[in-house]
Amino acid sequence: MVWRHTLPSKAKVSAAKAAAKAAPVDPPARLAVRKTYKLYIGGAFPRSESGRSYPVTDAHGKLLAHAAQASRKDVRDAVSAARKAFAGWSGATAYNRGQVLYRVAEMLEGRREQFLAEVIAAETGTAADAAAQVDAAIDRWVWYAGWTDKYAQIVGGANPVAGPYFNFSLPEPSGVVGIIAPQESSLLGFVSVVAPAIAMGNTVVVIASSQRPLPAVSLAEALATSDLPGGVVNLLTGSAAELAPWLASHLDVNCLDLTGIDPADRVPLAVAAADTVKRVFAPGPIDLAADPGMSRLGAFVETKTVWHPTGV
Amino acid sequence: MDTFDNANPFQYAPAPESRDIARLKPSYGIYLNGEFRDGRGEAVKTINPATEEPLAEIAEADATDVDDAVSAARAAYQGTWSRTTPAERSKYLFRIARAIQERGRELAVLETLDNGKPISESRDVDIPTAAAHFFYYAGWADKLGYAGFGPEPRPIGVAGQIIPWNFPLLMAAWKIAPALATGNTVVLKPAETTPLTAITLAEIIAECDLPAGVVNILPGGPSVGQALVEHPGVDKIAFTGSTAVGKQIQKSVAVSGKRLSLELGGKAANIVFDDAPIDQAVEGIVNGIFFNQGHVCCAGSRLLVQESVHEEVIAALQERLQTLRMGDPLDKNTDIGAINSAAQLARVRALADSGDAEGAIRWSPECHLPDKGFWFPPTIFTGVSQANRIAREEIFGPVLSVLTFRTPAEAVEKANNTPYGLSAGIWTEKGSRILWMANRLRAGVIWANTFNRFDPTSPFGGYQESGFGREGGRHGLEAYLAQ
Repeated sequence: MVWRHTLPSKAKVSAAKAAAKAAPVDPPARLAVRKTYKLYIGGAFPRSESGRSYPVTDAHGKLLAHAAQASRKDVRDAVSAARKAFAGWSGATAYNRGQVLYRVAEMLEGRREQFLAEVIAAETGTAADAAAQVDAAIDRWVWYAGWTDKYAQIVGGANPVAGPYFNFSLPEPSGVVGIIAPQESSLLGFVSVVAPAIAMGNTVVVIASSQRPLPAVSLAEALATSDLPGGVVNLLTGSAAELAPWLASHLDVNCLDLTGIDPADRVPLAVAAADTVKRVFAPGPIDLAADPGMSRLGAFVETKTVWHPTGV
Repeated sequence: MDTFDNANPFQYAPAPESRDIARLKPSYGIYLNGEFRDGRGEAVKTINPATEEPLAEIAEADATDVDDAVSAARAAYQGTWSRTTPAERSKYLFRIARAIQERGRELAVLETLDNGKPISESRDVDIPTAAAHFFYYAGWADKLGYAGFGPEPRPIGVAGQIIPWNFPLLMAAWKIAPALATGNTVVLKPAETTPLTAITLAEIIAECDLPAGVVNILPGGPSVGQALVEHPGVDKIAFTGSTAVGKQIQKSVAVSGKRLSLELGGKAANIVFDDAPIDQAVEGIVNGIFFNQGHVCCAGSRLLVQESVHEEVIAALQERLQTLRMGDPLDKNTDIGAINSAAQLARVRALADSGDAEGAIRWSPECHLPDKGFWFPPTIFTGVSQANRIAREEIFGPVLSVLTFRTPAEAVEKANNTPYGLSAGIWTEKGSRILWMANRLRAGVIWANTFNRFDPTSPFGGYQESGFGREGGRHGLEAYLAQ
């Protein structure tokens, strides 16, 4: 069977035009394809295993999207993915890690307009504030990309021991870092806590801002296309109050970053973390506009010292 | 030995150091705000673990003494010590280093009497390394701005420090020297079974005219340590001891918000490859687990031997162990001294018994254990599985658990199969393999073709449940500087 395309007759077209003129209705706007905001675990984007989601609104109460509401089991899956990724990521060369972090900046730069819109929506802020935040977030990846192969030279070195030995100390990543990202700053805050941890070779499980999680989920999409191995960054959205205790008490988490937890609520988490002698980082208010400095690079590293005899 | 024994021509004659050198006093108290006085706690006897004879009576501190000491340390911190210039702080520390050297022999004998360790070790390791630690940090006091912690590093305040019984004077030096160099003041609690060298260090500090209250030393038991950890006037806690106690301290400090550094337990793997020089490796294995009776947090207590040389290594190790001399710690020929306390001996015995019960094979050289005192023979368990308690738990005694491996990857996996991460050893002639292994072993100190080396310039401390923070070297300053 042959299909024949038949054009509408001129008469019919004229009639339609006339009708349009008679009733001036705009053609229906294109229906947007909305994004499902999911978790990012082990390089994949699953929904919460619990099947839960929660509405994310702007400051005026307008619904922006439903985000996945992660559960204890999602924490477990994320930690497991982070542990699995640790050997590869910590074993990668510092140069390689630097290139991957720089690639993240490249990906963000290309999606700058998208992030601007998402940050404006998430924070119900001005375009100027959002632009400053997005630009700073991109530049922060560049800053930490440059640190990967320099930190060891700053803090490591040879130790002049009193004996026939060569002895040197180097920083190494601590392992799996559980992070509660800042609650206010949806993108720059998130980048400021995640980038330094992975720059040093750690893998992370990070709980995004509970009220403003959407830009972080979009950031995960950029991470997924930046040659960052799956599992290096695992993103959970949902209630930080619900999820943080599971992260704090998890036996296979080495460090806990409580930046996004109100100081009044930190103690039980720090107590739980002591059961496995986790390194707990509980800084004061984070000044995102300031020079990030080195303190976050040093928060989740261990110093390894190696001895070897000298002789013939 | 009175007559020459023709059957055993190479017997050693006894060569004991005189206990008079220790200048033991009948009783000791606490050192608080520049004064020596009795503590308000219990009076307990400290004993010689090699003979169970009482050495002296200690009038221990109680919680009210902790209050007074913290007040004195606070006053000194805000007063004299903050007005002391960094260069003068430096000179005080140099003085202390020199005074420890001057009284080195006395301190060595005292340490051996109180701890049970061989005099050769207290004389050649503990005391000189303690002096060296003060000498090293002395030089930092007026150079802190160059240390990489910002242009104007500040002290934290009053440091509460709790130390173990395995290296009593050395641990006191590790704690006090960096704290003072950075401008903090100190309240230190020595271990209950080994207070004597710490109190003698207080005498040295007093003789060096360190201002009153800058260093306070409070012998006492766990309740004194707890009072110190929980005291609201203390800004920083530094603890060396068991992981179990370390976790309790971390919980307490999580509530109070003090700064914290922890140097905790270990279960180090000492890994011997088939190309290692076996004789050297055997010396390293012996040093790794029998140095200080295995009372070493970084002891090489898990021997991982490549399967192809297992029999050869074990045979050589057994032969070597038969030449170790166990006995009077004051004898200069003694290799292995006494277990520090009855409680520790019970723990070592219980864990060794668990090795028998779980199917490992126990071996010890024939050796005569003295009738009095706390003694445990050097012991090797072969046929140990990773699941056995003796492969997982810190024994803190002269007990070696032997496991085997086939490939370097398997060695790494087994070595890292522990919640601890303090140290590890590698024995191989292949340089690239050393660095490959060192890269992958999750431990703070890696000894390659050596073991149990310590130096003031060399940062020491663990990964994971072996604690956090470093002691020694430039890195050791950080634990005593405000963030």
